[in-house]
Amino acid sequence: MNSEFDYLLKRAARGLMSRREFVGRASALGISAAMANTMLASVASAQPVKGGVLRAGVQGGESTNSLDPALAASDVPFMINKTWGEMLCDVGPGGVIDPRIAEEISSNADATEWKFKIRQGVEFHDGRTVTSEDVVASLKRHTDEKSQSGALGIVQGIAEMTAEGDMVTLKLAAANADLPFLLADYHLVIQPGGGVDNPAAGIGTNAYKVVSNEPGVRTVFERNPNYWDSSRGHADSVEILTINDNTARTAAIQSGQIHLMNRIDPKIVELLKGNTDVVIERAAGPGHYVFIMHCDKAPFDNKDLRNALKMAINRQEMVDKILGGYGSRGNDFPINAAYPLFDDSIPQREYDAAAAAELYKASGHDGSPIVLRTAPGAFPGAVEAAQLFQQSAAAAGIPLEVKVEPDDGYWSNVWNVEPFCASYWGGRPVQDQMYSTAYLSTADWNDTKFKNARFDELLVAAKGELDQAKRKAMYSEMANILRDEGGLICPMFNDWVEGRRQEVGGWEANPLGTLMDGTALAKCWLTA
Amino acid sequence: MHPVLKLVVQRIALGLLLLLAVSLLIFLGTEALPGDVAQAILGQSATPEALANLRESLGLNRSPIERYFDWLGGILTGDFGTALTNGQDIGQAIGQRLGNTLFLAACAAAISVPLAILLGLVAARYNGRWPDKVISGVTLSTISLPEFVAAYFVIFLLTQVFPIFQPVAMVFPGMSFWERLNAVALPVIVLVLVVLAHMMRMTRAAILNVMQSAYIETAELKGLSPMRVIWQHAFPNAIAPIVSVVVLNLAYLVVGVVVVEVVFSYNALGQYLVDHVAKRDLPVVQAVGLIFAAVYIGLNILADVIAIVANPRLRHPK
Repeated sequence: MNSEFDYLLKRAARGLMSRREFVGRASALGISAAMANTMLASVASAQPVKGGVLRAGVQGGESTNSLDPALAASDVPFMINKTWGEMLCDVGPGGVIDPRIAEEISSNADATEWKFKIRQGVEFHDGRTVTSEDVVASLKRHTDEKSQSGALGIVQGIAEMTAEGDMVTLKLAAANADLPFLLADYHLVIQPGGGVDNPAAGIGTNAYKVVSNEPGVRTVFERNPNYWDSSRGHADSVEILTINDNTARTAAIQSGQIHLMNRIDPKIVELLKGNTDVVIERAAGPGHYVFIMHCDKAPFDNKDLRNALKMAINRQEMVDKILGGYGSRGNDFPINAAYPLFDDSIPQREYDAAAAAELYKASGHDGSPIVLRTAPGAFPGAVEAAQLFQQSAAAAGIPLEVKVEPDDGYWSNVWNVEPFCASYWGGRPVQDQMYSTAYLSTADWNDTKFKNARFDELLVAAKGELDQAKRKAMYSEMANILRDEGGLICPMFNDWVEGRRQEVGGWEANPLGTLMDGTALAKCWLTA
Repeated sequence: MHPVLKLVVQRIALGLLLLLAVSLLIFLGTEALPGDVAQAILGQSATPEALANLRESLGLNRSPIERYFDWLGGILTGDFGTALTNGQDIGQAIGQRLGNTLFLAACAAAISVPLAILLGLVAARYNGRWPDKVISGVTLSTISLPEFVAAYFVIFLLTQVFPIFQPVAMVFPGMSFWERLNAVALPVIVLVLVVLAHMMRMTRAAILNVMQSAYIETAELKGLSPMRVIWQHAFPNAIAPIVSVVVLNLAYLVVGVVVVEVVFSYNALGQYLVDHVAKRDLPVVQAVGLIFAAVYIGLNILADVIAIVANPRLRHPK
């Protein structure tokens, strides 16, 4: 369909043009009246409908959860925060900045000083108006280590925060061209007075107010009548139910008890496809499942051995068997097409038993079994993935010994401690953040003990580079270094596989996080 | 003092002593878990500074003995403390959840206990004939199913094939009694299936045991109907073993149904306990553990007392 017709369609659907006028102009473009009417009806149904109770059943909540956004770590608190709270900005579908509390965002030429113009007249749920002081206080709270904030690493790089009129100025210790992406982090909710007095009050600015919150069970919200943005907040009230059991959650969406669910088990997607009431939504996200080797410990301090292991893993088999096809192959660096500035020309590493055997021989390894530690909770299917790895490596003559550890204490006793284990990463909105979190020599979570001077140098340079073409080239070089030198074996990126009832309108895929990056309840509506 | 009263007082005193021992065991058990609460809370995101900060603010640097007595003192004065993980008042959270646990247990018991005893009596009446075999066969097969399999089966049957009930059984303050009953229907069905066989078999066995006695023969020779013989003469004399099994199952319905709670997302005490064990939230784990122990011990004392009262030889000792 040509673009002029699309334009007319949109205008007509929004009521800027009468139906008669629309059909007339469409026929001038050679489109029959019947066809034009059908198209209009299908677009008009995409108009938001007000009212109703929209319910999401979400996995990943416990009765230990708090409403304090600094402490959120799993999917349910994430979703809850994103429903009552707003950040300075969101990262919208397609990786573009969607300004929320900040109306305009600008930086100086070398990206060391950022200005955020605060949107006027935005109200907190308790009636107070959002000021630039609230914004600064909110960000400052997360710089205090006592807040135990998950965003500490992000705000640490801000050297100075000042509020003046409706302007917030952030001066950075080092240039960072990605700052708005980082400030979209779901911990950095703008709270009245920064939330210092009562961090878990659940008072924010988003389209829904918290009515009641029973951690690990249910959180009920009602529409915020004074919300500033008419494109959000369609249902009268929304609820987030914590349903950790896969079968119960799936049964609940089939029976209509909930309208949205996260994490459909890939194994049952085919079975759900027969149900016309439930639509499967899939998005290729930045999350990935990995095996990590410590580059500074024998035998993994040998580059040939590391590359032998990278060659000895059958990625396609992993995607097919562990992810049920709902994912894509990894290439031993933590970035994929979900990130801006991704270089898709880097060749895909394939399973090659002969080449792996040759590299293994070249490494001079003594042939004793290499211990790979895994646990059921390292990622879904981690034990099976380790066993597949063991078999494909055995075909290359590399002896792997799979050691299954208990889930209890895995992240404290095995991960980041043992030299070779299974793990996962949820991904980050931008490449810089992913690399800075886990691959910079000095990073706390450098879980592969990867130290490379050229890589660090590029990472710092890319941070302050505003020329996107140059930046992309730098990230490409870093990816290549990590892929060929690093301790990361990244066999697969996992897709989001989520469900919505067919009566839910307004869904737009956002691969950055679960359920439209947490905005599904604020943006979707019920058509019936 | 009346001997029965003395026995009861003795039992209660012993029960309290047992509770104290249990509290120590719970404490030692939670101490022995790998990793501490700070590591459990932070998980993959633990950095040394964050760990140190969290330990400091949670008071984990003090000695275990100090923490044990602090906590015990709190319990005795009715203060369960606050949860380490989210700062909520434990007493309040447990109060609501315990109510939900008891509601579910009561619903399941209200159906399963009379049903099991009735089925047991019928099975004893028709001992060895087809009603006995059908009842035994059906109840034994339902008890042999693991709870979660029974739960999934019931979900499939009653929410997908016949959409009568809801698969998610959460209850909330403000729901009417009828709404609550409707919400817990599926877990109640599963629990009834699970506990029925044990009580039914015990009733049947106890009655059959008594049926060998001379006075039953006398009753039969008087010309009483078989059901009347069982009800009036056999049942009162078989009540002690039946009660002890019933109570055992009641205790199970309160403390042992976490799998069913999780499958149906029912917000009761079991799930609350499991969440906090995973996060090493010691005060909560101890408090819930102690409540479970108290329920168990309390119900067993009750069973003892009923057995004593029901037995004339114990009621009137020489």
